[in-house]
Amino acid sequence: MGTKDIIDTLAGIEPDSSLDAIRGRRMQARDNAQKSYLSLFEPIDAGDFSLLERAAVALFVIGLHREPDVAGFYRTKLAATADGARLVEAVDVEIARGETSGPYGAFPAGPLSVENKAGLIYRVSAERKPDLGTRLVAAFEHAHLLVFRPRDAASADMKALLAAGWSSTGIVTFSQLVAFLSFQVRVVTGLRVLGASLGHTANAGA
Amino acid sequence: MSAANNVNPPVVFTQDELGWVSWIDPLPEAELTERHFAGLVDRSRSKSEYFRLLVRDPEVLEARTKTDKDIFYNVADGLPRAERELAAAATSRYNGCIYCASVHARFASTYSKRRDDLQRLLDEGVGADLGERWNAVVKASVALAATPIAFGPDNIDELRRAGLDHAEIVDVINGASFFNWANRLMLSLGEPSK
Repeated sequence: MGTKDIIDTLAGIEPDSSLDAIRGRRMQARDNAQKSYLSLFEPIDAGDFSLLERAAVALFVIGLHREPDVAGFYRTKLAATADGARLVEAVDVEIARGETSGPYGAFPAGPLSVENKAGLIYRVSAERKPDLGTRLVAAFEHAHLLVFRPRDAASADMKALLAAGWSSTGIVTFSQLVAFLSFQVRVVTGLRVLGASLGHTANAGA
Repeated sequence: MSAANNVNPPVVFTQDELGWVSWIDPLPEAELTERHFAGLVDRSRSKSEYFRLLVRDPEVLEARTKTDKDIFYNVADGLPRAERELAAAATSRYNGCIYCASVHARFASTYSKRRDDLQRLLDEGVGADLGERWNAVVKASVALAATPIAFGPDNIDELRRAGLDHAEIVDVINGASFFNWANRLMLSLGEPSK
């Protein structure tokens, strides 16, 4: 399909391979997964959610998924973002503190309560709060909820973000970024597993 | 902001039609510009509180909507629509999104005519025995939804044994992955209401 997009790069899909041809049958999805990435990381207007915040949240979210090649891509991205290099170590430490397995959380009280599953309620460590700042502390805590226990989300979580200085528009874009990355990392992993089963080497070029 | 006392949240998974109310302010219809309508893709979506909330970032919404439509509605080839909807419903059941599961279990029922099987997925959970082919789709969707991702070569083998070709397996991967996007928005920005 010509140029490799970000999913091709991360999944190790080469032009004119069989997976490239299969992706080509869903060109609108392929093009718009790429446009989603670009509109989140190279937005027209980053006023409500800065490029630095986007890159930091992205590394945190992908790091929690423990897909090292994809995390490597977003680590490089954060390091290359203005003022981002100083945050890489703090984000990596918080990833290690936040690692667990999901999904878990509570259902609305009733017959589903028997399926409730307790797990880590992640909070940023006191030592990293000055580096990250109020907005990113609130964002990381909410991002961890979105990654591992989205069914725990409540209106109080929106209030916490608003209280930390996030606008309603910023919350929408931030939620989209975390949710999009949850999609992207799964497509990449799924295609890598399929590619490997086809006998291709699937080394991410990033 | 929606009045909380008007919300009547469902406490079980259902194929009934549910509403959804936002926890933060959607844009008022009167404030929508052409940039917003481009983001909504379908103008009629301006009536939906959910889409008027997401349209606060029109470029992301537009790209997300077009990704969604091609993954689920492009049935020129590949996996039958019913099984794409099954992947969406199973992902939603596992992540715990009652709203998303209601919509996509209903769609899967419509396209497969297997309403009782979908209800068993909702009632019993992702371990319900739905036959080899559907079990393989559900299991692959669940493995993809786990964090860390648990999807591996065994899932590919099971899908192949169940008769799916590589393009159909990619439709499962896309459909299930997409609902890890959709579930997180629906679960965290508002709540379902009966």
